[in-house]
Amino acid sequence: MSADTGKTLRTRLGRVRGLGSAKEGVNHWWGQRLTAIAMVPLFVWFAFSLVALAGAPHATVVAWIRSPVSAVLLIALLAAVFYHLALGVQVVIEDYVHTEWRKLALIIIVKLASALAALVGVLSVLRIAFGA
Amino acid sequence: MVEFALPKNSKVEEGKTFKAKEGAKNVKTFKVYRWNPDDEANPRVDSYEIDLDSCGPMVLDALIKIKNEVDSTLTFRRSCREGVCGSCAMNVDGTNTLACIKPIEDIKGDANVYPLPHLPVVKDLVPDLNTVYAQYASIEPWLKTESPEPTGERLQSPEERKQLDGLWECILCFCCSTSCPSYWWNGERFLGPAVLLQAYRWIADSRDEHTGERLDNLEDPFRLYRCHTIMNCTNTCPKGLNPAKAIGEIKS
Repeated sequence: MSADTGKTLRTRLGRVRGLGSAKEGVNHWWGQRLTAIAMVPLFVWFAFSLVALAGAPHATVVAWIRSPVSAVLLIALLAAVFYHLALGVQVVIEDYVHTEWRKLALIIIVKLASALAALVGVLSVLRIAFGA
Repeated sequence: MVEFALPKNSKVEEGKTFKAKEGAKNVKTFKVYRWNPDDEANPRVDSYEIDLDSCGPMVLDALIKIKNEVDSTLTFRRSCREGVCGSCAMNVDGTNTLACIKPIEDIKGDANVYPLPHLPVVKDLVPDLNTVYAQYASIEPWLKTESPEPTGERLQSPEERKQLDGLWECILCFCCSTSCPSYWWNGERFLGPAVLLQAYRWIADSRDEHTGERLDNLEDPFRLYRCHTIMNCTNTCPKGLNPAKAIGEIKS
């Protein structure tokens, strides 16, 4: 931080107040906590399932994914993971990237890429689940 | 990007060494950051050898001894010398603290004395606090009410008064804010632990009638939510307060 960047003669209080409060931020913070809480049981279930399925033939794994419980939990896990990822990486970018256009570009890329990755995952589960 | 390296004119160089008087037995070296805005030179670290047998017990005592007896150009803020004014906040031995309540004997080896980190330096150990003061002013740190003014005192139950313990003791030395990486990287938009603790001091005050507006004004990805619970603030607070807890209370 430097106090006298640029040649502004605006008062410090004017600069600190800036554009005012965004009146936003709780959702982001809460969303990150909520997905974190959701991922704890989901990952435990996922890890146990993978261990149980270790060495199983292809057909058994497909049958496992096809079962409604596994399919729903897998989709929930994918959604939580990628939503959590997008929120977390956004915070890191906002912390460290200070050039406005770079910050914006990176956040857009991260958000779209994680949405796309989540869609790919969900579609894969659905295709197996519905036997396409 | 965040700047991790110092620009060329900020590289700290080795400065002068002031030897202790002959015959001094209990000598400790104080390595003190020096920078003068008037001489175009880089910042430097001067070494002062101080005879602890003729010096008071605290780091501030040594700085005052240096200024009085060795080098009158050394510049620093100080006032109460008992940890209630917050003037002598500086980085001693790698941690932000108040020089007046930091015992010299707690420091192993040479004593490194620097200004509070990541603030513009005015001179030597004096940082520019204008932005943090403006941030403090921005949270409107005074009682705000709509009800007609009572004829007597504004009453609080003992339980309500208890809510302010651990908050009112803050002396605004800004040791915590300047120890916070989030404040280093985004100090112009993140309010920092000291100011957020003060904000919570008014949110938690049962006599205040603007709690909702105070919260609304803090709800911002940068003003409040840059806090990632790193806890440097609580670790460094020379008064043993817990700004991280106050911030957690605001979030919830």
